[in-house]
Amino acid sequence: MRSIWRVFRKEFRETLRDRRSLFTTLVIGPLLMPALISVALSMAIRHGGTAGDRPIVLTVAHAERAPQLLQFLRQYRVHIRTVQVDRAAARALVKRSHGPLLYVPRDFGARLAAGKPAPLRLYADESERAVQSRMQRLASLMGLYGGTIARLRLVARGLDPQLLAPIALHAIDISTPQSRAALVLGMLSYAILLTMLMSGLYIAIDATSGERERGSLEPLLATPVRREHLVYGKMLAACAMMMVSLVLTVTAFAFALHHIGLDRLGMSANFGPAVAAGIVLGCVPLIPAGAALMTLVAAYTRSYREAQTYVGLVLLIPTLPLIFANIMGLRPRPALMAVPSLSQHFIIMSLLRAQPLPAADLAISAGVTLALGAVLTFFAGRLYRREKLLG
Amino acid sequence: MIEARALVKRFGTVTAVNGVTLRAGDGRITGLLGPNGAGKSTTLRMLYTVLTPDGGDAWVDGVSIRTDPLEARRRMGVLPHGAGLYPNLTARENIEYFGTLHGLTRGVRRARAEELIERLEMQPFADRPAKGFSQGQRVKTALARALVHQPRNLLLDEPTNGLDVMAVRTLRRLLAELRAEGHCILFSSHVMQEVAALCDELIIIAAGTVVVQAPPQELQARAGTASLEEAFVRLAGLGAPEPSA
Repeated sequence: MRSIWRVFRKEFRETLRDRRSLFTTLVIGPLLMPALISVALSMAIRHGGTAGDRPIVLTVAHAERAPQLLQFLRQYRVHIRTVQVDRAAARALVKRSHGPLLYVPRDFGARLAAGKPAPLRLYADESERAVQSRMQRLASLMGLYGGTIARLRLVARGLDPQLLAPIALHAIDISTPQSRAALVLGMLSYAILLTMLMSGLYIAIDATSGERERGSLEPLLATPVRREHLVYGKMLAACAMMMVSLVLTVTAFAFALHHIGLDRLGMSANFGPAVAAGIVLGCVPLIPAGAALMTLVAAYTRSYREAQTYVGLVLLIPTLPLIFANIMGLRPRPALMAVPSLSQHFIIMSLLRAQPLPAADLAISAGVTLALGAVLTFFAGRLYRREKLLG
Repeated sequence: MIEARALVKRFGTVTAVNGVTLRAGDGRITGLLGPNGAGKSTTLRMLYTVLTPDGGDAWVDGVSIRTDPLEARRRMGVLPHGAGLYPNLTARENIEYFGTLHGLTRGVRRARAEELIERLEMQPFADRPAKGFSQGQRVKTALARALVHQPRNLLLDEPTNGLDVMAVRTLRRLLAELRAEGHCILFSSHVMQEVAALCDELIIIAAGTVVVQAPPQELQARAGTASLEEAFVRLAGLGAPEPSA
């Protein structure tokens, strides 16, 4: 047992000096993932059509020729910037600035007063993606303005303005903030589990491929330490890194989600210390299984690079059940709680929703996951007995 | 003392070592000489218990590598081919780590590391991370690592590969000192001059078997030539002798 501890101490110390693994553990997990999810969440919580609410800047040439139109546009959050240019100059201006420009011709007022179609020129460079949506909004605003005038004209001629509206279409978005947020929160467990596994990746690969490629495996095997203990020590270090990552990531999420205000969604109002601790406890059983799985896969590759590729792919395996759960709308039940990683996902979701799972479900999750970890650890421990490992 | 009897190792259908019997005594430097692919490394790897023999056995100070590999490893210091270090640890930490794996207490392993650093003239780079070490610095560190538990027996696989003249000299001096202290040293090489300069005993190995084991002078006499290289070529059955000048 003491030799496991000795190997662990050295591996842990070495990892703390390795920039790549520190980056994964300290930056990607606790900073990047919560930031990404928070942004996605707050966007989901706010209205779907957020872009429609943003003000548009519109450059207008000869604004003095259409004061009422501009008044109308201002009501719909269009910022007007006036310029005095002729048509050719207007074109050139749009080319340079890319923003839309409205040119009011000289006869606009006269034709409008005469009840004839009054011309307006809207210049824009529609090859710019961002401009397209602004153009649509401007066009529909113009249409709205035109519609208002048309109705007034009909009323003035004693006709029913409803003549102009043969169809009344209501497009109704039935998505609620809750349902949109649930989709994003499904990613939360994915993010937690993935960053946790990734933090153990480098040590797991190093235990076999790394040692071999560096040429330090043979001297290590020639020391009077039982081979399993060497592997266990390394796996313990991988587990420690994963644990650090898990705690940091969950803490970061707790802070980030607190600011977003999950309570508005009718979810656990309090992603506080208790929920965070619950998530950590629920995920901990997956750590040994993950470390052993990555170590095993890395051992069967021929080089460090190959190991990175394959272990990277293997990281997707624990996340597959989560995707299925999201697509198929799976709910926790005892049989599913026996699926490692999926059960951790259920635990995280139940804690966030403040809908506690039965104790039996929690026991099944922890029991099966730990058992899987034990089996995989046993096989990983036998790896150093394989002479093929030496390459 | 290291003794091997009828060691056999097969990789699939290839028999890499086919019945090697040898003996490396205390207070002697024994050279394992042979062309590339003769089975030198495989023999050493079986002796330091990284490979398990398919037949035969070997004893380190009388301890069988098959029945008690852990105890056998305690009695050996090993410098394998390549001499890989942990890049994020300093030379001193690399040495001390192996001290801990050998179960040395903190005080003992510190003192041993310090002593070896001095002995191998490693002070300039002892506390630098091993990441940027030259081949010479790497071999020295690996050698110190192999000696940290003061083993009676030292096994080295092509230790002078890639070393410059000064590093080779330091290594030679160290080996001679260790011999004087009564250690048993077994090393492999395909460089004739090195073997001639150092060894008390030569084992010529070819095609997986020991062709001959004898002191260098005796080998020359047996092959009927004054040149050790010529003796090696003849005894290893490497082809027609060169026309003598």
